[in-house]
Amino acid sequence: MLEALLTNPSVVVPLVGALVGVASSLVGTFLVLRGSSLLADAISHSVLLGIVLVYLVTGDQYSPFFIAGAAAVGLLTVFLTELLTRSGRVKADAAIGLVYPFLFAIAVVLINVFARNVHIDTDAVLLGEIGFSWLDTVSVGGVEVPNALMTLGAVTLLNALFVGLFYKELKLATFDPGLAAALGFSPVLLYYLLLGLTSVTAVTAFDAVGAVLLVAFIIVPPSAAYLLTDTLWKTLALGVGIAVASSLLGYLAAIWLNVSIGGTMAVCTGVFLVAAFLFGPRYGLVAQRAQRRRQQGENAARTLVVHLYNHESKEEAGRENSVSALRQHLRWDDAKVSQVTAVGREQGLITLGPKRERLFLTDAGRRLAREVWEPWRRE
Amino acid sequence: MFEFDFTLRNVMLGAALLGVSSGVLGSFALLRQQSLLGDALAHAALPGVCLGFLLTGSREPLPIFVGALLSGALAAGFTMLLTSRSRLKTDAALGASLSIFFAFGLVLLTFIQSRSGSGQAGLEAFLFGQAAAIVPSDVRLMAVVAVAALLTVALLWKEFKLLTFDPQFAASLGFPRLPLELLLTSILAFAIVIGLQLVGVVLMAAIIIAPAAAARQWSDSLGQMVGLAALFGALAGVSGALLSASGRGLATGPLIIIAASLIALASLLFAPERGLIASAYRARGARRELEQQRVLLDMYGLAQQHSDPSYPSESGMLRALYGGSPEAQLRRLEAAGLAEHTTHVPGEGTHYRLTEAGWARAEAALNSLGHHA
Repeated sequence: MLEALLTNPSVVVPLVGALVGVASSLVGTFLVLRGSSLLADAISHSVLLGIVLVYLVTGDQYSPFFIAGAAAVGLLTVFLTELLTRSGRVKADAAIGLVYPFLFAIAVVLINVFARNVHIDTDAVLLGEIGFSWLDTVSVGGVEVPNALMTLGAVTLLNALFVGLFYKELKLATFDPGLAAALGFSPVLLYYLLLGLTSVTAVTAFDAVGAVLLVAFIIVPPSAAYLLTDTLWKTLALGVGIAVASSLLGYLAAIWLNVSIGGTMAVCTGVFLVAAFLFGPRYGLVAQRAQRRRQQGENAARTLVVHLYNHESKEEAGRENSVSALRQHLRWDDAKVSQVTAVGREQGLITLGPKRERLFLTDAGRRLAREVWEPWRRE
Repeated sequence: MFEFDFTLRNVMLGAALLGVSSGVLGSFALLRQQSLLGDALAHAALPGVCLGFLLTGSREPLPIFVGALLSGALAAGFTMLLTSRSRLKTDAALGASLSIFFAFGLVLLTFIQSRSGSGQAGLEAFLFGQAAAIVPSDVRLMAVVAVAALLTVALLWKEFKLLTFDPQFAASLGFPRLPLELLLTSILAFAIVIGLQLVGVVLMAAIIIAPAAAARQWSDSLGQMVGLAALFGALAGVSGALLSASGRGLATGPLIIIAASLIALASLLFAPERGLIASAYRARGARRELEQQRVLLDMYGLAQQHSDPSYPSESGMLRALYGGSPEAQLRRLEAAGLAEHTTHVPGEGTHYRLTEAGWARAEAALNSLGHHA
C-alpha cells in the first residue's frame, strides 16, 4: 500500500514539488523581508559549482559531501559578494552580478569538459528533472522510498526546526538588527546560518527543479504572502500554503499540457503573486482603490456638512445651502453632487427640503461639522 | 589549430559587436545602479524567444528579436509596477519577475519540444549560448542593432550623462527625464537581446556588468570608462567565442563570462588608482609615514625639553614613548637623513639625535598639524 503510493509518480512528483516549496519559502521569507532576495538567486546558481567539484573529486553520485560542498560554495558566494561591496569598488547589486555568473560559468564549463563522466547535463541544470524524481529510490526498512523525498523531507524538517527554534531571534534580527546586536544576539551569525540553510536547500532541490526555478520557489511565495499579511508567522504559513498549492496546481497543469513540470509549478507561484498584488485584502490594488474612493466620499461628505454649518442660520442660508450652490461654489459636477447628497442622507447627516433644492443639517451632521471645525472641542 | 573560416569570422564579428554594445550600455546601467535589471531583462527574454518561434515556426532572427524585446519590456514593467505599487522591495520584485518569466519561458520551450520533434533545434542555444548556431543573418541583425544603439548613445551623450549623474538636475533643466530613462533602458534591452544567442539568457547579466565594472576601476571620466568597457567587452567576447569555436562542445556563454570576469578581477586588483593592490600599497605607505613621524616628533619633544636641538635620545626612552619597538622607524629616519645615531656616554646603550633636516621636518609637521612652535 505505502510502497504503491511511494512509487506512484502522480503522488511523488507533486509531493517533491511541495517539499521544495515548503523548504524554500521557510528560508525565503526571511531573505525577502531582509531585502536580500537576490542572494537566493546568486546562491541557487553557484551551488552548481559545489555539486560539480564534489562530483569530480569523489566521483560519487550520492555523496554526503554534496551538502558540505554546496553549503561551502553558497557561503563563499555571499562572502565574496560582501567583500566586493565592502571594498567600495562596486555597488552591492553589481557585486552580486559579478560573483555568481563567474562561479556558475566555471561550473558549466567543467560540466562541458567532463561531460562524459558527469551525470548532470546543462539542460538539467536549468530545468531539473522533477518528473523523474520517483525513479531513484532507496530502501528504508524494506520499503522503497524515492531518494528525493528522503533528502527534501530532511531539509524541510531542518529548515522548520531552524525557524521554530530561532523564531524570536530571527524576527528580531530581521526587523531590528541593531537591537538584536545590542541584546547580545549575533544577527550576522544568524544571517550566515540562514544563507547556509538556503545553500543546503538549493543543493537538495537542484536535481528536482534546477537553478532558476528554485529562485521562484524561494522568492515568490514569501513575496505573495508578504502582500497579504503583516504578521510574521502568517507570512510564513501563507508562503508555505502558496508553495504547496502551486506545486499541486502546477503538476496538474503540466501533465494536462505536457510541458515542464517544474516550470509550471514556478509559473503558478507567479499567478499567486499577481493575485495577491491585485486582490490582497489591505495592500492589493483593488483594495487600495476602494479605500481611496471611500476616503474621497468621506471627505466630500465632511466638506458638505462644514459648508452647510457655516451658512446655516445666516441670511445667505437660502442661497448657500442649496443644491445649486454646491455646483457653483464648490465646483462639483452633477454626478458628484447627487452622489455626495445621497451619501449624506444615507448617513443621516443632511435632509433635503421639499423641492429637493434646499439642504438642511441634521443634529448628527451638525455634530460632525463641529468636530471637523473645532476638533479640540470633542462632544 | 582552428581554421579561420567563414563561421568563425561570423562568430567573432558577432561577439565583438555584442561586447562593444553591452560594454557601452552596461556602463550606464552600472553607474545608474541598475546592474541587475540586465539580469532580469535577459531571463525574461526567454518566453519572447519561444513565442517568436511559435508564431513564425522558424528560427528567423527578427521575430525572435522582437519577441524577446517585448517580453523583456513586459518584465521590466511588471518589476516597476511591483516596486511602485506594492510594498515589495526592488530585490524581491526583480527576483520574482525574472524567475517567473524564465519559468514561463521554460514551459513554452518544453511545449515547443513536445509539439515538434526537430524544428526546435537551436532554441536551447538561447540558454547558454551556442556560437556554432550563428548564421550571417544573425550577425547582420546584431550589427544593425549595435550600430543603432551606439549612434543613439553618441547623439544623446550629454543627456544620458546628465541623467546618469544628476537626474534631478536634468529634470530641472527641462530634459524629459522619463522618456530619456525609457530610451536608455530600451537600448540596454536591445544590447541584451542581440547577445542572447552568443551568451545565453542565464549569464547575460555578467556581460553587462563585468566590462563596465572593470572599466570603472581605470578611469573617473565617463567617456574613457565607456570606451574601455567597449574594449573589454569586445576582448571578452572574441576570446570566449574563439575558445568555444576551438571545439570540444564548449558552450560560448560561460567562456565569454569567464573572460569578462577575469578582466574585471584583474582590474579590481591592478588598476593604478582604484585598484585594491595599489590602494593597499598606498595605505601601507601612509601608515609607515605616520609611524615614522611619531618617532621623529618624540625625538623633537625630548630635544625641546632639554633645550638642545641635537639632544641624544636614548633608545629605551624612545621605545617607552613610542609604545613598541621603534627600531624600524629609526632605521628609516636614518636612511632619510633625518636622524643619526650617536654615542653619548660609552656603555649607556644606543642614542639617536635629530639632524638639522630632521629638526626642520619635525617643525614643519607640527606646523601642518596646527601647532606653532
